[in-house]
Amino acid sequence: MDPTAIHAEKVCRHYRMGDTLIRAVDGVTLTVRAGEFVALLGSSGSGKSSVLNLIAGLDRPTSGSVVVNERDLSQLSREDLAHYRLHTVGMVFQSFNLIGSMTLAENVELPMRFAEVDRSKRGDLAREALERVGLQARMNHRPSELSGGEQQRAALARALINRPQLLLADEPTGNLDSHTGTEIMNLLREFNRQLGMTVVMVTHERTLAERYAQRLIFLADGKLVGDESISAMALSASEDGQLR
Amino acid sequence: MKLPDLTELAVRNLRESFLRNSLTTVGISVGVASLVAMLSLGIGLQQLASRRLMKSGLFDTVVVTSRRDLRNFNREEERNGPAPGESRILDEPTRQEIERLPNVVEAYPDIRFITELRYEDKPHLTTIAALPASAKSTDAFETMQGHFFSSDMAPEAILQKAFAEELLGKAPKPGLDETNVKELAAPLIGKELTMRYAQREAAQASTGDQSLSGAAYSVVSREQKLKIVGVADLDPESIRGPTRARVFLPLKLAESLHVMQPTDLREISRTASDQPVYSSVSVRVKNPSQTQTIENTIRKMGFNTFSILDASKSIQQFFKVLDVFLGIFGSLALAVAFIGIVNTLVMAILERRREIGIMKAIGASDGDIKKLFFAEAGAMGILGGMVGVALGWAIGQVINLGTNVYLKSQSFPPEHFWSVPWWLVAFALVFSFFVSLAAGLYPAGRAARLDPVQALRYE
Repeated sequence: MDPTAIHAEKVCRHYRMGDTLIRAVDGVTLTVRAGEFVALLGSSGSGKSSVLNLIAGLDRPTSGSVVVNERDLSQLSREDLAHYRLHTVGMVFQSFNLIGSMTLAENVELPMRFAEVDRSKRGDLAREALERVGLQARMNHRPSELSGGEQQRAALARALINRPQLLLADEPTGNLDSHTGTEIMNLLREFNRQLGMTVVMVTHERTLAERYAQRLIFLADGKLVGDESISAMALSASEDGQLR
Repeated sequence: MKLPDLTELAVRNLRESFLRNSLTTVGISVGVASLVAMLSLGIGLQQLASRRLMKSGLFDTVVVTSRRDLRNFNREEERNGPAPGESRILDEPTRQEIERLPNVVEAYPDIRFITELRYEDKPHLTTIAALPASAKSTDAFETMQGHFFSSDMAPEAILQKAFAEELLGKAPKPGLDETNVKELAAPLIGKELTMRYAQREAAQASTGDQSLSGAAYSVVSREQKLKIVGVADLDPESIRGPTRARVFLPLKLAESLHVMQPTDLREISRTASDQPVYSSVSVRVKNPSQTQTIENTIRKMGFNTFSILDASKSIQQFFKVLDVFLGIFGSLALAVAFIGIVNTLVMAILERRREIGIMKAIGASDGDIKKLFFAEAGAMGILGGMVGVALGWAIGQVINLGTNVYLKSQSFPPEHFWSVPWWLVAFALVFSFFVSLAAGLYPAGRAARLDPVQALRYE
């Protein structure tokens, strides 16, 4: 059995908005093994993005713990948490979140600047990453000159540049048509299988999740309400179906 | 993040909001320019003043008098040094001894006497003083009509304008003295004066007492023809001399005349050589900073000295205070620029909230974000500082030029009262850089503390 990549224990994230307490995440316990492709499903406001943000180290739990690669994120300093986001996690978002004033190559290079990678190596690494997602011809374009699918592919290249073990995707196909969405999902699966990355994806499209993820976790009102594994057979059938 | 990356990103961000950042940078430039302008005006005025004072001979001159001259004897001098009777005589060998002291440019006797001058057969009584060749460079002769003595022995005279008025029979006007020197000089220059004076002539000792041989001399009446070569507007001796003279002769000529001096009479009862004895000797020092040392050395030789060094100290202090005030006024504009930077960067945070969120999401630490904002503030500071120094310098040049055009129209000599020393340039650049960094302090901290989840939600 693969080692544990993520373990969340009774994790809560509560916000106070005026007088009301919002329980965005309310006592979620879950374990994700290394190399798994997990989809977090739920309706809007179910807390799935909040769980993802906690795993990403963008947010801290109100109580409980999130342990990634045997490190408790709630115990890390702000500095260590930034280091964790830089080296352990790669993230893609529904709205791509590329920096508009930079070319694709510069966007992809940006995490390497924070990681203080040698200037001489950065150009080649960025080119390689963009080649991997099929954007070598668009390297010097700005995000606004590209289609949504292309932007998301560039965001994926950026997420992978520091070779993280964990790829977190927040509605990665939410802003894309179904064809380009499929392209992105295929890339996610490719990274999951070929690079052995653990993928946690937030989506509200159950069919998409069933087609690509090995495991579906359902959230509602901040609580975990279901956890289904998709059999390998069903998964390969869906792959065949998709290939046709 | 490494410095080159930081700089690159900062410059890129500054270029993104070009207009706003340019305006902020212009604000810094104006602030730095006003600081540079104010301080260089202060420094320039100070230099002008010390140049003027230097030319006036205020601070580089030590007046040496003999302790035997009891006219100025006071209690303080009574205590310091030998008793007057035992003190040394201020004569030619002593003058030479003083002139040989290190850092002494020259030591010349103050020769002055009251005598009669004849101009167009009319007698005029006045005080005559001798001027050394070095007096030519003092500011008194800047506005003089005619020219300075052609040589140190030339039988020539320079008149003070009041005396010129007397010669021409013009009554000096009461109140403001606005006589045109040019008008006075035109009829006088080139004309001849006849000076009558009492010459001291060494006589052969008749008593046979060898010890008294030097003390015997006779007084003979003489005449000397003098050519008027110049009419001076200012009094060339306003500072150096204790009494006002109205006619000036070359020093060597005056010495060669052996005019009877009041000191000659005072010393007559004593055994003395037939060498002249001076009532006072003016010592010119290379640099005003050495005045005190020379004064002390001469005092040790047993003479009384006088200089205006203390006045110079309080003038220096005045300019230091002036500099501080000008600096404060100059800094006001920089304070406004400071607020401009804070405003621009806070605006940038609001505008780039999402970008900051993205950077944090992909691994930027609080420190990276903070440094980025600091780099932007610093870059604006350096750029603004450089433009500001150039601007301040240009403003100075324009004002200098304008003032000199005005001075010229008022027939005054041009003055250079605007000075931008290299240290001021360096100071302005460093100051502007640090002021900008300080302005970046709050925005950078605020940007670094931004919650990435909130920032990413921001559209």
